[in-house]
This record gives sequence, C-alpha cells and structure tokens, in this order.
Amino acid sequence: MAINWFKYAAPINFYPLAGKLIPWFAILSALLCATGLYLGFVVAPADATQGEFYRIIFIHVPSSILSMFLYMIMAAYAAMGLIFNTRLSSMMATAIAPTGALFTFIALWTGALWGKPMWGAWWVWDARLTSELILLFLYLGFISLHASIDDPRRADRAAALLAIVGSVNVPIIYFSVKWWNTLHQGSTIKFTGTSMQITMQQAMFTMLAACWLYAMAIALTRVRSIILERERNTQWVAELAEVKQ
Amino acid sequence: MKTLFYLLMLVVRRDLILAMRRRADVLTTLIFFVMVVSLFPLGVGPETDMLRKMAPGVLWVAALLSSMLSLGRLFSADYLDGTLEQMLLVPQPLSMLVLGKIASHWMVSGLPLVLLTPVLGLQFDMSIAAIGMLMLTLLLGTPILSMVGAIGAALTLGLRGGGVLLSLLVLPLCIPVLIFGTGAVQAVVSGMNVSAHLSLMGALLVLALVFTPWVTAQALRISME
Amino acid sequence: MLEVSNLACSRGDHRLFSGLSFTLCPGQILQIQGANGSGKTSLLRTLCGFLVPDEGSICWRGEDIQKMAEDYYAQMIYLGHLNAIKDELSALENLRISAGLAGGHLTENEALAALRRMGLKGRERLPAKVLSQGQRRRVALARLLVNDAALWILDEPLTALDVGAVALIEALIDEHLQRQGMIVFTTHQPLKVAGMEILSLS
Repeated sequence: MAINWFKYAAPINFYPLAGKLIPWFAILSALLCATGLYLGFVVAPADATQGEFYRIIFIHVPSSILSMFLYMIMAAYAAMGLIFNTRLSSMMATAIAPTGALFTFIALWTGALWGKPMWGAWWVWDARLTSELILLFLYLGFISLHASIDDPRRADRAAALLAIVGSVNVPIIYFSVKWWNTLHQGSTIKFTGTSMQITMQQAMFTMLAACWLYAMAIALTRVRSIILERERNTQWVAELAEVKQ
Repeated sequence: MKTLFYLLMLVVRRDLILAMRRRADVLTTLIFFVMVVSLFPLGVGPETDMLRKMAPGVLWVAALLSSMLSLGRLFSADYLDGTLEQMLLVPQPLSMLVLGKIASHWMVSGLPLVLLTPVLGLQFDMSIAAIGMLMLTLLLGTPILSMVGAIGAALTLGLRGGGVLLSLLVLPLCIPVLIFGTGAVQAVVSGMNVSAHLSLMGALLVLALVFTPWVTAQALRISME
Repeated sequence: MLEVSNLACSRGDHRLFSGLSFTLCPGQILQIQGANGSGKTSLLRTLCGFLVPDEGSICWRGEDIQKMAEDYYAQMIYLGHLNAIKDELSALENLRISAGLAGGHLTENEALAALRRMGLKGRERLPAKVLSQGQRRRVALARLLVNDAALWILDEPLTALDVGAVALIEALIDEHLQRQGMIVFTTHQPLKVAGMEILSLS
C-alpha cells in the first residue's frame, strides 16, 4: 500500500494523524523506559572500575546521542521549510527545538553528576561535555531568534537559516574543541564500549529507544499546538471538536 | 566582472566615508576593547607570569566582544533610513554588496584591534614573538568574526534587543576561531610548530569568504520581507 | 509590460488582498487606492520582489520577476516611504552613490543638473541632515531623473512636497509616460496626470 506522503504535509491532514500517533509513542516510551531503567539499575552488574556510579550512563548516553541527533533532524526540517516552503516542516523544527535543548541539558547535568565521583569535580573541560555545552547555546540561539520575531513566516525562515549555518558549524566546533582538549591534556571520558556486558548494552539501547519515542511524542504534541495557533483563523480548526467546546 | 569590482569598491568607499563622518561610533568600540583588556589585570592581580599566560585569551575574547558590539551597526543604520531597501534592488548579486559592507566594517572595527594589540600585549608582558603571532592570528581571525557576525546582524535586523540576541547567535559559531587563534600564540610561547593552527585558520577564512556573503544576503532578504 | 495575475498577499494572519490582477502597458500609469492598512505598500513591495506573494504571479515582459531577480531590478526603480538618504552625506554624494549602486555612472555635472532641476540649487553640497523634510524628498526624487528604468514604483511620492514640487513631479511623470515608461504609485494627495487608471484595494 502506497502512502501519499504529500497528503500529510498539509497541517489539516497531519493534525489528526499526529493525534492518533501520540498515545502509541507515549505508552511505548513509558514501557521501554521502565524496562530500560530496570535492566540498567537492577539487572546489570556493577562495573569493575567505576562501581555503581557508571549507571548514570543509561541516561547520559541516550540523551547526549539524542541531543545531537535532534539538532540534525531539526536543521533538516528547517531547511526543508526554507527551500520547499512547506509550513509543516518549519513547525516541526520549532517543535523539536525545546526537546533537543532539554536532552542537551540532561546530558550536561548527568555528565556533571558522573564527573563528581570520577574526577572529583562537577565540571571538567572534557571535549564532549564542552561540545555539548556549545550545542546547548546553539539550541538556545535558535529558540530565542524564533521567539523574538513576531511574523511567523520570517521567524521560520530566519531560524532555519541559523539552524543550517549551525549544523555546518557543528563538525568544525566539535573538531576544534577536541583539538583544544588534546593540546591542554584535558581529561577524556572513555566508556569502555567493548567490555560492556550484554545486559548493559540492552539497557542502553532500550533507554535510547525510550528517549527517542518520548521525543517524538512530545514533538508531535507540541506541533499540534503550533498548528492550532497558526491556523486559528481557518475553517477546519474552527470545526474541530476540541476547539468547539 | 568589472562592474562587480566597481560595485565592491563603491560600497567600500561609501561605508568608509560614512564611518569617517561618524568617528565617535568607531572610537567607542576601540575604547571598549582597550578597557576590557585593561580590566583583567585589575580583576586577577598583577603577577606577570599569570598575565603572560592569560594574554592571548583575554585579547581574543575582548576582540570577540567588541566585534559583537560593532556588528549591530553593520546593517541597522542602512535599514532605518531605507538605503538597505535600495541595496536589495541593486541589479548585481547582493552577496557582492554584502562582501563590500563586511570589508569596510572590518577595516574600521577589526583592523584597528590588530594595530592596538602590540600596546596591549606589552601591558601583559608578552614577548615580541608572541605579540607578533597574536597580531597575525587576529589579522586572520577578525575578518572571520565580521563575516560570521554579518549573518547574525542580518538575521536580527530590526528586532527588539537585537544586540544581545546577535551575541547569543554568533558567539558559539566563533568558538573555533577563538581556539585556533589563542592556540597559535600558546604554541609560539611553548616553542611548538604553529603551521597547523595557521593553516586551519586560513581554511576557516576561505570557507567564510566563500559562504558567508551569500548566506548573509539570504538572511537580509528574509529580514526585509 | 507588467502583468499581475491572481495575486494574494497577507501580513501575519491577516489576508490583505487576493485575486488581484492587472496589466500595465508602456505609457500607462496606475494609481493604487485604498484606506490605510489596505495593503498598498505591501502590494508595491511585492511588485519589487521584497515580499513573496502567497498566490499568483508577477511577470515583467513575460518573465516571472522572482526568477529574473537582478535583470528585473535593472529595469525598475522604487521609491519607498523612506527616502534612502544618508544624513552624513551631501545631496550630491547621496545621488551619485545611489546612481552608482543602480549600475550607472553619474558625473558630478549630471548630478548637479538633476539636483538643480529638483530645486535644490545652492544646497547640493550640504549634508542631508540640515535639509528639510521636503528637500530630502526632493533629493530622493532626483533619482528618477538620473535613471533610465522603464518601471517606476512610487510609494507616496508627494509626501512633504510643496505645490511647486508637486507640479514638477507631474511634469516628470508626463515625460516618463511620453517615453513609454510605466508607473505604479500610491498617493493621498491629488495628482493631475492625463490617462491615469485607478485600482482600488478594499
């Protein structure tokens, strides 16, 4: 069965579809999260060198992976909105940004929590943590630029251009921070990927899936609100059951 | 080709004349730069060892901040009196015109920072070699700041609190320049090879030169809607 | 020839106009009428390519202006609400620079002649900031004299002008139409030009 994707590029068709998908994503995410946390915090054995502290990676690693991944997705949506002038893609970009920023913040927070017992300091200028911090700045820049422009069309387009410039810059920034880090012989977080046990890997991937589904559920919820806000003057919004009440 | 060059020179000359007739604006940025740099020893103490170590970072960060200050003016005056609107209707590629504006902006706000560096470097007890390298990296780096900053200036055109927003957008993008710029000076001080730093900065400069005028032109069209 | 078909334009949520069509042939002049906020300026800015229309197309000599871009700009001149005059530059410098940006080269004598025709004799070398509003408008209008663009897009050209200057603008418009030029403009003041067509935005 061929799905007509273009049909769902229109807010009027996407709005009910998103409404149907959100509960599935949300429930799956909650189930996976519970499983992942159980696997990670109860089933998985303590690490030989790091003891119990290492367990924070079950939250830290998925959120830092998602923080970077979501930025790329956001930039891709924004670019699509700018190039093909599709309103829904710009709305998706706006909807993803706060979730991306949240995951970046969680990654920083858990990184600091993990750093204290490992290095005895809340913050070390590790290359990955520093890049994550800069990524947070990039997210905040995107969100505040979008928020300070009143005309939604100009806001979408200006923020899209910024996101594209940012995504071109991310590899350069990451490389330069890594280079800076090696020059100053800073500490580097090394997760012993090869020696990781099967249960640890399972817990990690379950948590990654849970976070990913959570991000989708939240982004779709947010995009539904944005659609309602932007299309409030149209006939179909006025006829929605939830609006009529 | 000839008309493009003529346009470039016309814009550069125009903006230089305007800057000369509004000297106070240019001077305040320079005074800000000198002042920020001079505040650091007062804040951290006068130990020459520490100052010598801090100097490249302090000068570079001060250069970053003062270029953020001056970038707000890059397009805003032209935006307010309507000349920017006319520039968008120039029958030549807008990116060329943008390049001209960036070039003259750098001449009045970036180049003077490079020229002031020796004096400020002496305040921090820097060696001649280190001062020379710092000037070289600023010479390579400040044009990049002007070019990347131009994108931010174009995007924040006419917005409330545009100045602060501009810094928020542009400063993270300038981090690589800061790292390579200060790294080169530290490499000279510790007797290491600096060619890698300099070629990376050169590469960034070329990248910026190729892409930023075009991106800025697009940003201006978005902001003028 | 400027062909506008089925044009729709909105600002934010607000639809300004839709289904707007007209054709402007050489030698024709069109006045856009409408109350404040009816979208006159937005229409003119759309004709300049600043705004991308929601629907419809604008063609200049058969080609879409968005695709033509610079080629279109070479054949049109736009005079907005703002005078596009730098305070720090003299009237002469302002005129010569804007002519240069428009792709032409203007000698000092040509520029002086244009400014004198606009009634700015003796004010040519004064910085624009000491000129009155009307005089600044005259400097802006002098651009029409030194440009051979076929299409004039004028937004409220008569603002701040005295009776003498209005008569001068009427003469300029007549000359331009005689040369088979085209004009789209808005105004709230009466302008006496023969054969003027009117488009109302409501």
